[in-house]
Amino acid sequence: MILLAFLAQTLRIAIPYLLAAAGGVMSERAGLIALTLEGYMLGGAFCAVAATYASGSPLVGVLAALAGGGVLALLYAVSAIRFRADQVVVGIAINLLAIGLTRFLLRLFFDSSSNSPRVAGFTVQGSGTGFGALAQNPIVWLGFLVIPAAAWLLYRTPFGLRVRAVGEHPAAAASVGVPVARVRYLAVLVSGMLAGLGGAYLALDQHQFTDGMTAGRGFIALAATIFGRWDPVRAGLACLLFAAAETLQIQLQGSTAIPSQFVEMIPYALTIVALAGVVGRAVAPAALGKTTIE
Amino acid sequence: MSATDPTMARVGGDTPAPAATSADSDRALRRAKIEEAVLPPLVALLLAAVVGDVLILSFGQSPGAVYRLLLEGTWGNAYGFGQVLYKATTLVFTGLAVGLGLRAGLFNIGAESQLAAGGFCAALVGLLLPAGIPALLCLPIYILAAALGGGAVGAVPGVLKARFGAHEVIVTIMLNFIVLALLNYLTSTRLHVPDTLHTPEIGSGALPRISDVAPSFQGSAANATILLAVLAAFAFGWFLFRTRRGFELRAVGLQPHAAEYAGVHVGGVTWRALAISGAIAGIGGLNYVLGYKHYYEEGFATGAGFLGIAVALVGRSHPIGICLAALLFATLSQGGLAVNALVPKQMVDVLQAVVILAVATSVPEVRQMLRGARRSAER
Repeated sequence: MILLAFLAQTLRIAIPYLLAAAGGVMSERAGLIALTLEGYMLGGAFCAVAATYASGSPLVGVLAALAGGGVLALLYAVSAIRFRADQVVVGIAINLLAIGLTRFLLRLFFDSSSNSPRVAGFTVQGSGTGFGALAQNPIVWLGFLVIPAAAWLLYRTPFGLRVRAVGEHPAAAASVGVPVARVRYLAVLVSGMLAGLGGAYLALDQHQFTDGMTAGRGFIALAATIFGRWDPVRAGLACLLFAAAETLQIQLQGSTAIPSQFVEMIPYALTIVALAGVVGRAVAPAALGKTTIE
Repeated sequence: MSATDPTMARVGGDTPAPAATSADSDRALRRAKIEEAVLPPLVALLLAAVVGDVLILSFGQSPGAVYRLLLEGTWGNAYGFGQVLYKATTLVFTGLAVGLGLRAGLFNIGAESQLAAGGFCAALVGLLLPAGIPALLCLPIYILAAALGGGAVGAVPGVLKARFGAHEVIVTIMLNFIVLALLNYLTSTRLHVPDTLHTPEIGSGALPRISDVAPSFQGSAANATILLAVLAAFAFGWFLFRTRRGFELRAVGLQPHAAEYAGVHVGGVTWRALAISGAIAGIGGLNYVLGYKHYYEEGFATGAGFLGIAVALVGRSHPIGICLAALLFATLSQGGLAVNALVPKQMVDVLQAVVILAVATSVPEVRQMLRGARRSAER
């Protein structure tokens, strides 16, 4: 029973990571640094709540979250690709924009600086936190499917081949007729929509939007992307690992054996270890961060 | 994975137009540099004003009234101006920290945790020092402690980059979370005053506030750390443009392979640049710890690291530009509080993001435009 509860909670925590990390893999494999996942998630979470509040239907909320994450992603793509702006700077600006805009709109729509009113979600009230409640939520199913779907897209379709090509060697891709910019726009758009969906899951799971509610989850997804060496399946496993650590921390709360702050560090520390190459070096796509040369 | 757009670090990286005399070409080059530096921020401010108008109108207020209130609440009275100076002081330090990294072609996103670590170490030393030592005597100790705290955090990505090639952008981001969690652990379990998130007050080294000299600044937190910030900006310029180490650092930022060929030890420059960058950010922690509250508090550094990136970007990694940009972003931050009665203060968060976005996107455009104009002028 305890094991089942542990698994259910791990999955519950992992769903937004899985969605955002799948987006992170798509974006980075196309050569665009996914610092923006946090911003997409926050924007998606807010759009989901605002649209659910206005329409009463969480399904509309999900569509709005896809749109919200997508719009932020397009802004990032246009700045980095069309205007050749530095990806890191723009990425940080997009995150700040998402924080500022959601706070401003929270005041504008709901006259609050902390949280929105309660909205409907997918899970029926009182169905608990076990597998039954999870199964009622369509975003959970999408979260399960997103990793195999991303792997299939990346390794088994012409589009995936093009994504990998523009991320490794854009000049070579361009020379054989791949529309480099268009592929990159699409990959970033997909990443924004997936991360936005992750944000929608968070917000609808809690039935409200709270200021800064993503709380660094986008960066954990980025950590999973890198720790998973830019491969969807490995990134998905990294998400599950990070979520399991978090669950363990929650379940151990009160016991003083391991301070919670040290459990919080696990994803970030593992990512640094992976980058430093102590055990099997993580090597990034060759053209990651370089949208200036086409 | 090279995240640093070389155009950002290379202020003087473009080739000067060939001209009749070297004096002429010098002047033309200088003018081109100034145009390149001034145009993007102007474009950005214009765009921010437009976005600001939309936000203000969406709240049913008049933009003119809000902007007037914003200026009155920041530069219009001594208290507001003092707060701008206080906020700008921290941003000068984080801006210089990021700027130094950019000059070496490195992106330090960890200024927030370096600032926090610097403040924490200063507070820690303050708790160990006997109370009542005169500020001038213990100030060097505090500066050293803050620099070591920030510098240690900065050295980690530096060494990992130099030794293993680990990308500093990701490492500094991840290290932000690790260091802040560690400081949270140390503060909340070992050092805090019960029911608060801050350490006990330190008994020495409190820096005088401006209001001690000019009473009209009463209530604002502006303090003598401003002098340290100005000093740091001077030292930054002197180091970069007048010393061999600074020259090597800029050479690595412009073209690491060429620098290596010329005999520069690129790995050494890399880790030293990030360590110094962290140390500068760390010293910024004194503004809060010695100048304002006299203790370390959870979250005092929040946001200052990312704004430091904005400051370095808008200030083009030049000491004077960084000071001006720090004033701009501090004005926006303080201005948000001033207009909060009319429109949500969160408006300025949006405007700050718009300024960064607009500067980042217009720098390459403006450069190309100016280059085109210069070329056609030569014909």
